[in-house]
Amino acid sequence: MTLLDHHLLSVLIWFPVVGGILVLVAGNDRRINTARWAALGFSVATFVLSMPLWSRFDRASADMQFVERLPWIGRFQIEYLLGVDGISVPLILLTTVLTVVVVMAGWQVIRDRIAQYFAAFLIMEGLMIGVFCALDGILFYLFWEAMLIPMFLIIGVWGGPNRVYAAIKFFLYTLLGSLLMLVALLYLYRASGGSFDLMVFHQLPLSAGVQTLVFLAFFAAFAVKIPMVPLHTWLPDAHVEAPTGGSVILAAITLKMGAYGFLRLALPIAPDAAHQIAPIIIGLSLLAVVYIALVALVQQDMKKLIAYSSISHMGFVTLGFFVFETRAMEGAIVQMISHGFVSGALFLCVGVLYDRLHSREIATYGGVIKVMPVFAFFIVFFAMANAGLPGTSGFVGEFLVILGTFSVNGWYAAIAALTLIVGAAYTLWMVKRVVFGPIENPQVAELKDLDRREFAVLMIVASGVLIIGVWPAPLLEVMDASVDRLLMHVAVSKL
Amino acid sequence: MTLTSLNLWAVAPEIAVAMLACLVLLVDLYFRSAKPCALSYPLTLATLMVGALLSLTGLFDPPQLALNGLVIRDGVADVLKAGTCLGTAGVLFYARDYAQERDLWRGEYLVLSLFGTVGMMTMIGAAHLLTLYVGIELLALCLYGMIAMQRDSVRAAEAAMKYFILGALASGVLLYGMSLLYGLTGSLSLEGVSDASGALTSDSLPLMLAIAMIVAGLLFKLGVVPFHMWVPDVYDGSATSTTLYLSAVPKLAAFAILLRLLSSGLGGWIEVWQDMLAIAAVLSIGLGNVVAIAQTSIKRMLAYSTIANMGFLLLGFFAGTAAGYSAAMMYSVIYMVTTLAVFGIILALTRAGFESDALDDFRGLNQRNPWLALLMLIVMFSLAGIPPTAGFFAKFLVLQAALDAGFVEVVVAAVVLAVIGAFYYLRVVKLMYFDDPETGTLKVSAYGYRRSMIWALSGNAVLLVVITPWIGQVMDFVGASLTNFVVS
Repeated sequence: MTLLDHHLLSVLIWFPVVGGILVLVAGNDRRINTARWAALGFSVATFVLSMPLWSRFDRASADMQFVERLPWIGRFQIEYLLGVDGISVPLILLTTVLTVVVVMAGWQVIRDRIAQYFAAFLIMEGLMIGVFCALDGILFYLFWEAMLIPMFLIIGVWGGPNRVYAAIKFFLYTLLGSLLMLVALLYLYRASGGSFDLMVFHQLPLSAGVQTLVFLAFFAAFAVKIPMVPLHTWLPDAHVEAPTGGSVILAAITLKMGAYGFLRLALPIAPDAAHQIAPIIIGLSLLAVVYIALVALVQQDMKKLIAYSSISHMGFVTLGFFVFETRAMEGAIVQMISHGFVSGALFLCVGVLYDRLHSREIATYGGVIKVMPVFAFFIVFFAMANAGLPGTSGFVGEFLVILGTFSVNGWYAAIAALTLIVGAAYTLWMVKRVVFGPIENPQVAELKDLDRREFAVLMIVASGVLIIGVWPAPLLEVMDASVDRLLMHVAVSKL
Repeated sequence: MTLTSLNLWAVAPEIAVAMLACLVLLVDLYFRSAKPCALSYPLTLATLMVGALLSLTGLFDPPQLALNGLVIRDGVADVLKAGTCLGTAGVLFYARDYAQERDLWRGEYLVLSLFGTVGMMTMIGAAHLLTLYVGIELLALCLYGMIAMQRDSVRAAEAAMKYFILGALASGVLLYGMSLLYGLTGSLSLEGVSDASGALTSDSLPLMLAIAMIVAGLLFKLGVVPFHMWVPDVYDGSATSTTLYLSAVPKLAAFAILLRLLSSGLGGWIEVWQDMLAIAAVLSIGLGNVVAIAQTSIKRMLAYSTIANMGFLLLGFFAGTAAGYSAAMMYSVIYMVTTLAVFGIILALTRAGFESDALDDFRGLNQRNPWLALLMLIVMFSLAGIPPTAGFFAKFLVLQAALDAGFVEVVVAAVVLAVIGAFYYLRVVKLMYFDDPETGTLKVSAYGYRRSMIWALSGNAVLLVVITPWIGQVMDFVGASLTNFVVS
């Protein structure tokens, strides 16, 4: 199997894309089952194919691995250059796992144009993996932007009542940021004397003024994607209107792409600017952590609440990055993975309720535990993970970030730690109002508990949360060398 | 003067197309058949193929002058001439059913399109201001005729009238500029003009006036702000088949005349025209993109989109570098292919007595015909410049060239305005995918277009995506065609 030996990353990118195209061609609304099973087959196969990435990854090395390099556009030295390090491997695995989950979650819920729905997710999976693998600036940009197209369609076609506004807002917000990134990449191409290789950019000496501009351009792209306050307003709209699967992918993976962009591009390319601007970013992160958590507290809509909770949790991630400390950064990456599982799971739980009563309002529910005990178990478990209960993945990330931050600045850590209170407050309060208490809505009394499919979906995610929570060592081990090298690189001034 | 000194072989494509066009005219006159143009249509396509083949023979030979220095044949000319012929063939292929239903499909229509092609080929090969002017006028007259041929349409008559009057005015301005240039440099050949750049410094006021007038005339022909007023009316008023012709194919020739005049001829005075083009480009991108948002007719929307796209084309130009010219050339080629697909899809959606020119006609297309909707989706994202479509690489190249020349502010402005532009392309996608079809609209399968049309459209639109892995080779090809073009 030389294909898998030498072109594993290409296979991981293009297999789901081709699969998506095949699903699109083969399935239509009359052949629903063909589309479903084909989509499940392709997503599971991609997940299986991504396993060697974990098993064959050399944890001792911080170099790029599984590298593929082909000439692409000779005039500009643009290459088809792929490679992964310890930061991208967990994210790729997260992508392949969650795509399986999303396909299963959309199994019966989506009734219209089901082949297009699954095709969009499969194509998006390939493109997202492409973002995490690309080591050439233009290739990165290509995947980064192309991903907008399926997401735009997912929100717009299968979304809620206000989906058009949300989809267009999502697209234009992201596009503006991305185009500024493109300008930065073009500038770097010129500065590097003719290369788009990100590894060359990393070593490129740049003056302070240039670094600031380049950093700000990258910041525009990544801060929108993460999203950081005050560029976050597209997220609640997009999350609320997107179908369950779309919300899961948005929260679990596309937000992480913004954070990944900081690690892969912004920090190593403009380290001095990063240090200079760090206080502002830490301020914005803390603002997200505390203020957005308070905003989440007052939400009436469950999806909106989780959306704001996502922004707040991503604030932790950026905080972890910009204190430039090993534990904090590793904690931030764990938080990325953990948040991928937890927020995805919470959206799936809301989806379960929404499929039954077509309401996302907290007030509609109450006393769900009496009719759906299994579901209640899961939502309480994920809520605990969201609040950072020890033993869940949420705890590991937040704890490491606070620990790392504390060694740098106690005040930052103290403010960040507030989230443990507010986060617990909004999550548990929501759970209390939805799951516990007396049944006031007669419709709630009719609810059926999880079926086997829903149980399987939530079980997959719950095991991820639990494994990372109880035994995070393998995950930390994978990223250790890469994070160390990144921090060492960032610590050295380029001036 | 001998025949060899005329070097007729170098203008063989133009001669062949012009003579065969006369043949088509005769054939159409003497052979009447039940179906309109049963013989002259295949003959027209054959003519265009001959023109393309003749252009491509001897590709990348060293450049040679012909007709005593009136015409030049070089790599750019060969590639663009072939592209023009093929593009015209594509236009006629898409236009056939539509034009037949509206009684436009007559010998004259084909012959006018052929002579228009000759005009474009003349523009492309011009080495002399007179040849250039003759080419521009030949194309323009054919276009006026083609628009006005739809005699029963008031809007077409209005469009033709507006185009004619404004076009004549612009020609006058251009010609006046050329005559001033002649007075200043004593030469009408581009080489002669360029040779005078040593003696004539760029702060000479008459020179500035001459260049300003020439640039104004060119910008009018291109439809760039502030000379864009005719574009929406003409696009909207003409029959869609004619709109397709005048929006897609002449862009190659437009690129060529810009290249010839600004680079070969006026290259020595770049500082005079550089700022004019920069301002016009940014204004075009801005106005085109903003005003397009307010349109309800897709043809008008695409007209404003053209204005914006021509602005992007200019971005490649004012850099005045070889990379910039090759970027602009790439842009014009990709733009032509994209425009062919857009209007091809619009034509596929129309049928007898029904124009599909309102944006609302695209409502719910995904449910009526998913395949056409997907093709339109690709084309819209290509126009918006979203990867992985060819449109992205077109924009990438011009932005790169402009940035290389140090116009950072212009590039940032263009980028921000492009985001505004993305909105109205997205709106078409929104109409097709997010909205439900209005009750009573036909299933698109009931439109009765030919299968071959769908195959051609599919090839055309899908090409915009599948070319991506080979886009480097395309760029190399375009770059190679420009290598023997001397950047003065």
